[in-house]
Amino acid sequence: MTDPLVADLRRVLGNAAVRTDAIELALYGRDASLISGQAGVVCFPSNAEELVGVVRACAAHGRPFVPRGSGTGLAGGATPAGDVPPVVIVTTKMNRILEVDEEQRVAWVEPGVLNLDLSREVAHLGLHFAPDPSSQQSCSIGGNVANNSGGPHCLLYGVTNAHILAIEVVLPDGSVAMLGGIDPEPDGLDLRGAFVGSEGTMGIATRIAVRLTPLPPSVETLLADFATMHEAAAAVTGVIAGGIVPAALEMMDRNIAEAVEAFVHGGFPVDAAALLLVEVDGLAGGAAEQARRVEKVLRENGARSVQIAGSDEQRALWWKGRKSAFGAIARIAPNYYLHDCVVPRSRLVEVLEQVSEIAAGQELVLGNVFHAGDGNLHPLIIFDKRVPGTLDRVHEAGRQIIEVCVAAGGTLSGEHGIGLEKRDHMGLVFSAADLEAQLWLRDAFDPSGLCNPEKVLPRGGSRCGDVASLPAGAWV
Amino acid sequence: MGLTSTTSVLERFASEVGDYGPVCCVGGRTQWDVGGPVSSGTREVTAPAGVVAHEPAEMILRVRAGTRLEDLSAVVGEGGQRVALEGAADATVGGVISVGRSGVRRLGWGPLRDAVLEVTAVSSRGELIRTGAPLVKNVTGFDLCRLLTGSLGTLAFVAEVVLRCLPLPEVERWYVAEGADPFEVYRKLYRPLSILWDGRRTWVGLAGFEVDVEEQARGTLGEMFSLVDGPPSLPGPGRRSLAPASLRSLPSVVADAGAWLAEVGVGVVHCDSPAGDRLRCEDGPSQSVVELHRRIKENFDPAGRLNPGRQVITGAFS
Repeated sequence: MTDPLVADLRRVLGNAAVRTDAIELALYGRDASLISGQAGVVCFPSNAEELVGVVRACAAHGRPFVPRGSGTGLAGGATPAGDVPPVVIVTTKMNRILEVDEEQRVAWVEPGVLNLDLSREVAHLGLHFAPDPSSQQSCSIGGNVANNSGGPHCLLYGVTNAHILAIEVVLPDGSVAMLGGIDPEPDGLDLRGAFVGSEGTMGIATRIAVRLTPLPPSVETLLADFATMHEAAAAVTGVIAGGIVPAALEMMDRNIAEAVEAFVHGGFPVDAAALLLVEVDGLAGGAAEQARRVEKVLRENGARSVQIAGSDEQRALWWKGRKSAFGAIARIAPNYYLHDCVVPRSRLVEVLEQVSEIAAGQELVLGNVFHAGDGNLHPLIIFDKRVPGTLDRVHEAGRQIIEVCVAAGGTLSGEHGIGLEKRDHMGLVFSAADLEAQLWLRDAFDPSGLCNPEKVLPRGGSRCGDVASLPAGAWV
Repeated sequence: MGLTSTTSVLERFASEVGDYGPVCCVGGRTQWDVGGPVSSGTREVTAPAGVVAHEPAEMILRVRAGTRLEDLSAVVGEGGQRVALEGAADATVGGVISVGRSGVRRLGWGPLRDAVLEVTAVSSRGELIRTGAPLVKNVTGFDLCRLLTGSLGTLAFVAEVVLRCLPLPEVERWYVAEGADPFEVYRKLYRPLSILWDGRRTWVGLAGFEVDVEEQARGTLGEMFSLVDGPPSLPGPGRRSLAPASLRSLPSVVADAGAWLAEVGVGVVHCDSPAGDRLRCEDGPSQSVVELHRRIKENFDPAGRLNPGRQVITGAFS
């Protein structure tokens, strides 16, 4: 017998956009994390009206639902969880750029628009969308909003929240609200700011107004290599302490450099302990001055060589290498587990040494490729999950890495979010009162607890946490 | 000096706020009229003051909410940095964040809310609650920092914050011209600090490397503009928030309504009150947004004891 909810969903979307066969339910039972769950139904709305109709149907049936963009999330934020398999609402078909306002430097987009597609679309106007996660070829702007995703250039330009002006959302009860506005000081609380980074627990974006940023007239990109990680980290601190905020300041260790060089042939030194990729931009005079100062700091801190990109092609190749790192490590082993913690820049060396010891202790191969200028670490554990016992050691290493980062004054996530993966670690950085205050916000948006249940807040701090369970095999 | 706060000071403040009866938090009273008056008979408390730590290499500053902006600027400036808080010298950090209004350098600095990395606040239960982290990049948990910024102390009282700092620019210079088209100036300049326009004159703030400022002043602005000491004083106390492009039609809208000064590229218009009343162009928030406000207030302050009478949105809080 057909589930009455499925019948209602088909009335909203038609048969083709409502999927219930086992293969598709399994496909949409996970995102890019290691955590898998069980989807109840998968829906593909094509426009805001259909999306509102889907949410209203779920609300009417009291059925939990999970928003999902491109599925590139790494914390299980789009993994369906709970005793009742939720409806997975996929926004990839809502991928239209609705309006580009050159004068106000604003674009209205649907949530499924891919990050890089928007920048490509407005490049001829001398504009771009500044947040640039490494997955920007495949991640959606709705997903960026949900996770407040970062990227290399957030060091200078700010995280996604700084680039979102307004969001039209369908709230979990099916009502529609416009949060924020094109004007700078809309009346009321900053609900826009609260929604960004809420990981799909407070509703689903139907339209998003993003700020477009002028392309810099001049860009200088430097690649430096160091004999020790210590020297590279000291150079990072030296650049910032020297009063320079580069557009990006990225670090790669030897394992990553080897994998990337074999993949893109970008001229990355492969015998160094660490590489720094530094980009400065602005008007020509200032960019050149910054590059000069950065080079001086790099050399003073022991850089063996400093290359400056001599062409746009060279720069593009270096960035291709940096942004392809996660794919490139497939040459080493078939699986990876990517961490995302933030530590004070001054603690980078010490934390990296501890992370290295943790990996060695668990007999795991480790790579590091991360946003050093932000202190946003991405220890990458590379492994083959077919080897018995490996996954347990990976999880244990992950737990230990979180603990050393928090002990160093850091926090759980810089850009990937909490999702299912880290929610039970929230107590490491927040008190019960802190978490309850976060619940006050979530409950105001979603009193029924239907929207992406089980995510972000740990059990006991989540309205529905006591009636649902994690999917089998989930690690938290 | 570490960035761990002396919590006993904050705990004393929390104890003073307590968990019963109407209470308001008073800063420098420099924006005390925003959101309407506090109900009469409300007990007043004052947040603790003092800079706890400034770490230039981390680009962060931990400061207690009762600290005056003037004192803050001196400390941060000594470290060669600045924060994106603008206001009267007597204004307090907590007051500026609670009101949430950015200054005239918003075009270059970005909105005030983006500078707030961590907030420790006192809840309506008299408990300390912390959100965010002393790190420039962080997505751990829901963003109460932005929720509290601009909430007029109606959800919790800001006790201590960590702010993002940025390096002081090599130079900051201001220029003025009569009859220049400010929208054309905005289109041509790369990342100006500020463009202000009163319908007749255009002021431009440029900041950064001297070589860039000189190049933009000579090459882009040209001889029409002359150097001045700084931005003009603001007409007041009216303030309106408009879509940036709608400023083009401002002169005809406010032709007979007194002085005004618009932030081009941003959309804030500073004006005499009578003019301000004529600048509304939006219908107000939708019923669903009003309902969200009501539920948030109900969850954070069920007894309505924090800053009673002040309204962040008309009609949302009773």
